[in-house]
Amino acid sequence: MSKKQEPKKKGAGEILLEEINGKPSGGASSWRKLGQTLAIPVLAIFSGLVLGAIIIAVTSESVYTVWAQSPLAAFGAAWEEVRIAYTALFTGSIGDPARIITAFQSGDDLEIRRAFNPFLESLVASTPYIFGSLAVALGFRAGLFNIGVEGQLFIGAIFAAFVGYSITGLPAIIHIPLAILAGALGGAIWGFIPGWLKVKTGGHEVINTIMLNFIAFRISDWLLSGPMRRPDSFNPVSPTIQESAMLPRFFESPIRFHLGFFLALVAAWLVYWLLFRTKWGFDLRSVGANPKAARYAGMSIMGTTVLAMSLSGALAGLAGTNEVLGLNHNLAMAFSAGYGFDSIALALLGKSHPLGVVLASLLFGTLRNGATRMQVVAQVPIDIITVLQALILVFIAAPAIIRTIYRLREPEAEEEGVTIRGWGGD
Amino acid sequence: MASTAVQREIKLVKPTRQWVMGFIFLGLAAAIWLIFSRSTDAGLITTFKLVPGGVESNLPDWQMPTLMTLNLLAIACAFLGGVQLFRGFGRRTNLVLSIVSALFIFGFLVWTAAGKSMNLTGLLNTALSMAVPITLGAFSGILCERAGVVNIAIEGMMLAAAMVGALVGSISGSLWVGLFAAVLTGALLGLVHAILSIKYLTDQIISGTVINIFAGGMTAFISSKFMQVNQSLNDPGIFKPIEIPLLSKIPIFGPILFDNNIFVYAMFIFMVVLHIGLFYTRWGLRMRSVGEHPKAADTLGINVFRTRYMAVILGGMMAGFAGAYFTLGSVGRFDEFMTAGRGFIGLAAMIFGNWTPFGSFGAGLLFGFSDSLASKVAILGVQIPSQLLGMAPYIVTMIVLAGVVGRGQMPAADGQPYVKE
Amino acid sequence: MEPVLELRGITKRFPGVLANDTINLTLEEGEIHALLGENGAGKTTLMNILYGLYQPDDGEVIVRGKKVEIHDPGDAIAEGIGMVHQHFMLIPVFTVTENVMLGEESLHTGNFLDRATASQRITNISEQFHLEVDPDVYVQDIAVGVQQRVEIIKLLYRNADILIFDEPTAVLTPQEADELFKIMHSLTEQGKSIIFITHKLREVLEVADRISVLRRGKMVGTTTPKKASKSKLAEMMVGREVKLGVEKNPPKVGDAVLKVNDVVIINDRNQVAVDGVSIEVHAGEILGIAGVQGNGQTELVESITGLRPPKEGTIHFLEDEISQSTPREITELGAAHVPEDRQRDGLILPFPVADNLVLNTYYLPPFTQGVIMQQEAIVESAVERIKEFDIRTPSPQTPAGSLSGGNQQKLIVAREFSRPIKLLIASQPTRGLDVGSIEFIHGRILEKRDEGVAVLLVSPELDEIMALSDRIAVMYRGKIVETLPADKATKEQIGLLMAGIVQDEEAAPKK
Repeated sequence: MSKKQEPKKKGAGEILLEEINGKPSGGASSWRKLGQTLAIPVLAIFSGLVLGAIIIAVTSESVYTVWAQSPLAAFGAAWEEVRIAYTALFTGSIGDPARIITAFQSGDDLEIRRAFNPFLESLVASTPYIFGSLAVALGFRAGLFNIGVEGQLFIGAIFAAFVGYSITGLPAIIHIPLAILAGALGGAIWGFIPGWLKVKTGGHEVINTIMLNFIAFRISDWLLSGPMRRPDSFNPVSPTIQESAMLPRFFESPIRFHLGFFLALVAAWLVYWLLFRTKWGFDLRSVGANPKAARYAGMSIMGTTVLAMSLSGALAGLAGTNEVLGLNHNLAMAFSAGYGFDSIALALLGKSHPLGVVLASLLFGTLRNGATRMQVVAQVPIDIITVLQALILVFIAAPAIIRTIYRLREPEAEEEGVTIRGWGGD
Repeated sequence: MASTAVQREIKLVKPTRQWVMGFIFLGLAAAIWLIFSRSTDAGLITTFKLVPGGVESNLPDWQMPTLMTLNLLAIACAFLGGVQLFRGFGRRTNLVLSIVSALFIFGFLVWTAAGKSMNLTGLLNTALSMAVPITLGAFSGILCERAGVVNIAIEGMMLAAAMVGALVGSISGSLWVGLFAAVLTGALLGLVHAILSIKYLTDQIISGTVINIFAGGMTAFISSKFMQVNQSLNDPGIFKPIEIPLLSKIPIFGPILFDNNIFVYAMFIFMVVLHIGLFYTRWGLRMRSVGEHPKAADTLGINVFRTRYMAVILGGMMAGFAGAYFTLGSVGRFDEFMTAGRGFIGLAAMIFGNWTPFGSFGAGLLFGFSDSLASKVAILGVQIPSQLLGMAPYIVTMIVLAGVVGRGQMPAADGQPYVKE
Repeated sequence: MEPVLELRGITKRFPGVLANDTINLTLEEGEIHALLGENGAGKTTLMNILYGLYQPDDGEVIVRGKKVEIHDPGDAIAEGIGMVHQHFMLIPVFTVTENVMLGEESLHTGNFLDRATASQRITNISEQFHLEVDPDVYVQDIAVGVQQRVEIIKLLYRNADILIFDEPTAVLTPQEADELFKIMHSLTEQGKSIIFITHKLREVLEVADRISVLRRGKMVGTTTPKKASKSKLAEMMVGREVKLGVEKNPPKVGDAVLKVNDVVIINDRNQVAVDGVSIEVHAGEILGIAGVQGNGQTELVESITGLRPPKEGTIHFLEDEISQSTPREITELGAAHVPEDRQRDGLILPFPVADNLVLNTYYLPPFTQGVIMQQEAIVESAVERIKEFDIRTPSPQTPAGSLSGGNQQKLIVAREFSRPIKLLIASQPTRGLDVGSIEFIHGRILEKRDEGVAVLLVSPELDEIMALSDRIAVMYRGKIVETLPADKATKEQIGLLMAGIVQDEEAAPKK
């Protein structure tokens, strides 16, 4: 049968592809296209893990000890090191299969929940990533490089924490949304500033958001060492928020899985809907893809840019809000493990599409959660995750490397992407 | 044939800008009077020491009545503001802006040290030290961006080089070997940035971000795996100051300028060399041509790719040298994330300095000064929290970027990958 | 005598296109050899191969009897080949001297630049070849014509004797072009040989010693001006008989639709680009604005379409004052705009054809209900437009960026012409298109005129202006120097006006 007789009905692969690319795809074998779309991210993650393994092996002292006796045995030792580390990574993030089976056999509810806790913890760890990388992705779609997620996240957290602890006597049904809105507002303000500066003065958002990050850190530092410090504490920590502002948790302590995860999924869906189903999203993507043509077509560059930056900031603020209301219940300087910076990588990995972004965030939340156990069991510092992230990002940003290694073919058409050039900003 | 088409130009300084500037000057005058003068008791005396601590000298202290000095400064600023509003300084607006800013900063110092004494020389000396990594970082940016490659990875390059410098310096026991390794690290990361952005046409900001993430993760990883466990791996020592005979005896400026370690001297040498190199040699002409219009350079037989590779690798080496300052020139130990954003500030200094070496040094000095002021003020125990004062460089950067002081001339092809058809 | 340059069997393929198909060409010493062909025929590709910017897939280059390999422009320069590019290869922030010496610098010891020596050499060259230029000024401060002289000096500075001129007259007035032709003749008299690339028949017949015609990558033949005529060359170029003129009905002029009154417009460099222009365009007529590029036409169009509000003056569209209106408001009043740079302003290249077809109506029903966009309605209308305007695209979902230039332009025309409009602003509507597409678009514009639409046509191509317009306004340095009825205007007259020369002494603009 000739290739030309493609069925008119869309296959499942084609629909999934449409979702990922945000636009209907034409003709050609849809599953193969889906494969092509996913090949780069999957191979990038795989290559990153392989390189990570090499780093673990060459920085392991035991490998060198064995090397002195027999180089061949050293390979065995290296393999063993990596196996232990990656096993710990897996059991720490998904759960220990043996333990899960035992738990089910015992039939003890608590035991079963505990066995699943690593998995639930991974979802908890993914949540701020989802918010953060949605923020970056939304910016990318509008042609904006929001490096300021980290700062927006701090300001959002400050707002949420303040509303969380200072207002008393509200029922949870009002207090929680109020605190969430406050957090979003804080982030939005911090995103609005560089957006406004860009359209009014041409100051490039990359430098401005970096500067606003530092300003946000200083503000947090100052607030926590004075005005917002818990009266009975010497540490720079805010008071604990009211119970009525805490996001509900689904299981008893120590399982921390909370509502924030589902809020993040709702946010992802909303961003998707906004970008690809509404006229505002069309404005936003047009301004991102070709601001000159967008202006010619009657769209408002200024309005769209400011709106996109503010929304991006609001999402980033929600990342901070989520940590304060759902997890820590107070604000401390060290509450963010660099979520804002990691989010840049995740937005790129997810191709700035909400679905891709959620998947990438789940992956990294899982890795980071598992890495804690890996650090304990295999003495591999948790920072290896950051290194992995950078490596994967290299492969995503320069897919030609992956294509060369795995001998993949060039894609037929250029993808819709973002590029940022120079500091001028026009 | 048509003669040169110089069209009617609108007045160079827009009237709105004249007003904005005038109000800024008046605002600063008002700030001096309302905030500083009003909170100062009459009869207080401000004393500035002009000799750094530990140095014998018979140079007298510089003393002045606080309130009167402040009032005079306020009047001077107000006068300049008034002139600006009604007549305008035209092309010299920026000069006047810097004078007014200087008056304001001086007023701040006078107010801070009211009834006390402040060591002015020490303050300036610290400012110079703080300016070193920022300025060197800006030089790294100049090298890359003059050839058309945006480098926001200065931060990451500095961080990685700082770590490697400390590690290799400790293992080898030689500061110079450590310094060499640091510069080499910078060169390697520069090469990575060059390959990603020149060969693979990766967006240069993304490429830079990748290097920043990688450097952050890798240094933290190695630091916690080895250097925190084994302190002997994190003890390289530091380059000692070298006093230059005679010159260091010049009153006031001698001790500030001529009693420093190699990083400070190197900064001055690089500044001059870079300036001459960029504007008076074949190397500089070709490099700038590639940053302005790579295709034109290509049609004249200049190898755009090689020029850009060289520039970015040199930029990496410069960032590596700047990174070594943290461990080998200042602290003598590596701490995680010790560069604390100096690379980004360096980038801002480069923009502020209009992509020129001298300008970047000036901007670096300004940022260094506000850094050292923040730490000084914290010691003197002034009402203003040091964290808020520490924001000054970032806010100044944003103001500069907003074009309040006029827009710089960025290399025209900055950030644009060159694709040979 | 052996030719200075010979190309044998040059072949170059791009994905999906055979840009050059076994092309042979010889250049004799001291001749001006014109290479004629329409846009996309492969002229520039061929010359870029000769200059080392592309590598041929097949064929050889012989310079002065010797086979040479040219891998990059450096090799070409070494062989004495030089090129004046269509888009000047000059660095605005460098001085003339720096631009000329770049790549072949005069040096003191230690690689320090010796600007004085280089500048002296430039002065010598400019005297020898009558190319007047000041070596110490910045290129950004000199006029386009002078910039072109700098480009020529760049070649002579490198002792090039095979000179390629790629569409050199595109940015010049007819008189400036004549000046250039004099320079070209004086160059060949001093032993240089010139390849002159163009698509303008008049110039070829005027200046060339021999003419070679390219069509769709193939060499059609070589002739001389004596043996050739305009219509014969046109036929060779296009491959069929071409109507050199455009047939049009007499205009049925109605009321004024667009009234521009004394506008002053500031450009991006904060200069006055348009200095007190007043024009009126009536229903059912085409007003053509002639002028060399960069004399304020772009800014004028931007003001009328709301992209650049004028500093002074008023613009009326029927009853409405629109000088401070947004582009969307003006579009909604019934204005259509074909922008001068279709890829930069008119299209979002990564977006599908269907989305580009609704780029300025997407927010209205039926394409949007409430705030939700209706994909089906968008695609449905796209299918119709594609059929009606014969846009060659695999599907409505193909990204606009993967269409050919002609089809991209048809896409824009389809979008702008299928709305009910009262005013059409067409800025260089046929730039870079082949003859087929040009005829199509000209036909559509005339159709709109006959329907009673007021048309403002802006083009630096004098032929286009003369063929379509009912009245012609000539723009020079931000002013309209003269407005003439098209049937009374001559090419020479307009050419002089484009250079700012007004016969009537009193009306002459100050220098």
